[in-house]
Amino acid sequence: MTAPQTTPDTAPAIELKGISKAFGPVQANKDISIRVMPGTIHGIIGENGAGKSTLMSILYGFYKADRGEIFIGGTKTEIPDSQAAISAGIGMVFQHFKLVENFTVLENIVLGAEDSGLLRPSLARARRELKALAEEYELNVDPDAIIEDIGVGMQQRVEILKALYRQADILILDEPTGVLTPAEADHLFRILENLRREGKTIILITHKLREIMEITDTVSVMRRGEMTATVKTAETSPAELAELMVGRKVLLRVNKEPATPGAVILDVKDLHVTDAKGVHRVKGVSFEVRAGEVLGIAGVAGNGQSELLEVLGGYETATGTVTMNGTPIDLTGTKSDGQSRRRRGIAHVPEDRQAEGLIMDYSAWENTAFGYHHDDKYRSGLFMNNAAILSDTTDKMQRFDVRPPDPKLAAKNFSGGNQQKIVLAREIERNPDLLLIGQPTRGVDIGAIEFIHEQIIALRDQGKAILLVSVELEEIMALSDRIAVMFDGRIMGTRDPSQTDERELGLLMAGITDTDHDHSVEEIEDNLAKAGH
Amino acid sequence: MDLITLLQLLDSTLRLATPLLLACLAGLYSERAGIFDIGLEGKMLAAAFLSAGVAYVTGNVWLGLLAGIGASLLLSAIHGLASITFRGNQLISGVAINFLAAGLTVVIAQSWFAQGGRTPQLSGGARFNPVTLPGAEALRDVPVLGPIYYELISGHTIIVYLGLIVVPITAWVLFSTRFGLRLRAVGENPAAVDTAGVSVVGMRFAAVAICGVLCGIAGAYLATALQAGFTKDMSAGRGYIALAALIFAKWRPVYCLWACLLFGFLQAIALRSDLIERVLQFNIQSQLLDALPYILTVVILAGFVGRAVPPRAGGEPYVKER
Repeated sequence: MTAPQTTPDTAPAIELKGISKAFGPVQANKDISIRVMPGTIHGIIGENGAGKSTLMSILYGFYKADRGEIFIGGTKTEIPDSQAAISAGIGMVFQHFKLVENFTVLENIVLGAEDSGLLRPSLARARRELKALAEEYELNVDPDAIIEDIGVGMQQRVEILKALYRQADILILDEPTGVLTPAEADHLFRILENLRREGKTIILITHKLREIMEITDTVSVMRRGEMTATVKTAETSPAELAELMVGRKVLLRVNKEPATPGAVILDVKDLHVTDAKGVHRVKGVSFEVRAGEVLGIAGVAGNGQSELLEVLGGYETATGTVTMNGTPIDLTGTKSDGQSRRRRGIAHVPEDRQAEGLIMDYSAWENTAFGYHHDDKYRSGLFMNNAAILSDTTDKMQRFDVRPPDPKLAAKNFSGGNQQKIVLAREIERNPDLLLIGQPTRGVDIGAIEFIHEQIIALRDQGKAILLVSVELEEIMALSDRIAVMFDGRIMGTRDPSQTDERELGLLMAGITDTDHDHSVEEIEDNLAKAGH
Repeated sequence: MDLITLLQLLDSTLRLATPLLLACLAGLYSERAGIFDIGLEGKMLAAAFLSAGVAYVTGNVWLGLLAGIGASLLLSAIHGLASITFRGNQLISGVAINFLAAGLTVVIAQSWFAQGGRTPQLSGGARFNPVTLPGAEALRDVPVLGPIYYELISGHTIIVYLGLIVVPITAWVLFSTRFGLRLRAVGENPAAVDTAGVSVVGMRFAAVAICGVLCGIAGAYLATALQAGFTKDMSAGRGYIALAALIFAKWRPVYCLWACLLFGFLQAIALRSDLIERVLQFNIQSQLLDALPYILTVVILAGFVGRAVPPRAGGEPYVKER
C-alpha cells in the first residue's frame, strides 16, 4: 500500500463546515470549519473549555450539532450516534479508556463488533486480525490478558486496536499521552506514524505544545469555542501557538533564580502507608524539604505519591516519622487531621481539587473560609463572620485574578483554572511554612498555569518549603529545585533538574535505576505492570 | 435415617429450591446488566397472585403462568422505566415495587374472590401436577438407583425441570453469546458498550425483561405448583433469599444452583423437625429451624464467605459523559 498523496484535488478525509453547538447560554462551538486531508496527523490544541471535546463528541455522535455539516471522504454524512460514527470509519480513543476492566483484551475488541450471535467465531477472527495488526503497526498486545492486569500503555493500544478492528480510517485521540511515561509516549508516536504511513488520518487533541510540534502535519487552534487558526506545523512555533490559544503572549518557561535552601522544614523518615484495601502504597520513603526550595515528586500516577500527600495533609494514616520544624507530627489518631496539620503550618492544595479542595456546590466565599473557619478573623463569637469572609474573599479573588470575581458564585461554575486559584489563594494566604501541592495545573488552562507557577515560585522565594507532586514531567522540571522520582511506593532516586533529562527521569519513573543505557518499551511496560499499572 | 427419608428430604429440597433458583437467575440477568433488583420479592408475589387468579378462573394453569409472567413483566417495566429511563434510584424503585405488590395483591384478591385476600383452592388443570418421568414406575424396585430415580428425580412439576435447565442455558448465554458479552459489559462499564455503538438502554431493558419473565415463572410456581392457590405474602422473603443466594454465588449461574439448593435444603429441614430430633437425639425449636435460612443469609451477607465483587456499574444509572 502506498501513502495517498495529499494533493488539493483529493477529497479531505474529514471536513466540518460551520459546526455550532450551544449548551444553554454557553456557545461551546461557534461556526467551526476544518479540513483534514487523508494520511495526515492533524492536531487540535486549545485550553480547557475551548470546545475541543465538544467538537469531537459531535464527530463521534455523542452530541448533535445545532448547525453545520460533516463530510467524510467528500460525502455529506449524518452522525446521530456512535454506531453511525463507527460505520463512517471514525474511531475514537478517549482520554479515559472505555474498556471493560475484567474482560480480556480480545473480548474488549470484539464487544459491539461481533460477527454473529455466537462469540467463538468472532473471537477467533479477532485473534487472527490482531496478530496481523500487531505486526503491521507495532501494536503488540496479549489478547488473553485481562484489562485490569495490563499497563495503561497497553490499554491504550487496545483502544487503538478496537478502532482499527472496526475498520476505522480516521482515528481521534483525546489527550493520549496524559497517562504515559515519556518512553511510552514515544512508542505511541511511532504507532501513529505507522498508521499515517498506511494512509490513516489521525486527529490528535492535546494541550501539550511539544507533542503538536513533534508529530502533527497541520494544527488547528481553538479558543472559546472558535477555531482561531489552522496552520501547517512546520510553519509555526510553540510560542505562536500558545499566543493563539490564550489570545496574548505567554511565557512558556518559568522564570526563577536558583534556590537558596535554608533550614529543614519537613523531615520524613521511613514512611509506610497501607490503604483501606490493605495495599501497601508507600514502602519506606525518606526525604526532607528545606525552607526556600521546591522538592518535586515525579512519577506515573498511582505510585504512592497521592497517598504520600494524603498522609502529610492529615487524611490518611501511616507509620514512620515525620518531623515538622523539628517536632514530630502525629500520623495516626485524633491529632492527625487537616485541622491539626494547618495549625502546624502545613497548607495543602490537594490533587483532586473538585473532590478534596472545594465543595463544588458551595460558593467561592464559603470555600475560601473552609478549613480556616475557626480563625478569629472569620468568627464573631459562636457564629461565622460572613461579612468578614466575604470581603476577604473579594480581596483574594482580585489578587489571584479569579474570573469572574464574584464571591457568591458556586465553585462548580468556575473554570478549572479559576477553581485552582481559589484553593491556592486560601492556602497560600495563610502564610504556611510548608505548602503541599498536588497536580497544581491539572485541567488548568495555559494562561492560568503561568500564574499558578509564578505564585509557587514567589512563595519559595519568601523562604517557604514546597512539596510539589505532579505527573507532568515538564512541570516538575520547570519548578523543582530537586526532583525525587517515585515508583511502586519507593523513591527511586533524587536528581538535580539541571543535571538530568526527561529520558533519565522517565526510566526512573518506570523503576529502572540503571539509567546509563537504553531500555526497550517492553521492559518498561513489564516493570510498570509488575507495580500494578 | 434411611435412604427413603433422605430422598424425601432431598426431593423436598428440590421443590423448595426451584422458586429461589428461578428468582436468583432472574436477579442474575438484571444485576449482571447493572440494574440492582430488590424487587424480586414483589414481582414473585404479583405473579403468584395473578397466575393463581387466572388459573382458577380459566381452569388452565398455562394461562395462569402467562398471566403471572405478564404481571411480573409489568412491574419489571416500571422498574426499568424508573431506573433506566429516568435514572432513578434502583433500590427505592425496587422497594416501591415490593410494597406495591404486597398491598395490591391482597386488595385485588379480596375484591375478586372475597376470601380474605386469598384465591380459592386450585385443583386439577388449574395446577401444575407432578410429571412421572418415563420408566420411573418400572425402575422403582431396582435397589438404590430405583428409589433415587423415582423419588428424587421423577415426580416433580415441569417448572422444577425448567428451573434446572435454565442454569446451563444462562451460563451459555452469558459466556458464549454476543448477547451475554454485551450484557456483562453493560453491567461492568456501560460507557464501553455505548462507545462501541451498542445501546445501553436497550441492553438493560432486555435484561430487566428476562428478569421479569423468570420472576414471573418463579411466582407462578409458588401459587400453582408448590401450593394450590395464592395466600397473602406467600413469597415469604424468597426474593430476598434469592438475592442473598446471588451474592453467595458471586453472580455465577452454576454457583446459583448450589446456593439455592443449600437454601432449599435448609427450608426442607425446617419442615421436618421430627427428622432432626431423630438424628440429633434432641429437639430443636421449630422457630429456630424456620429462621435458619435467614440466619445463613445474614452470615453470608456479612461477608463470611469471602469477598463477592458485584458488577462494577451495578446500581448506577448510566449518564452519557462528554
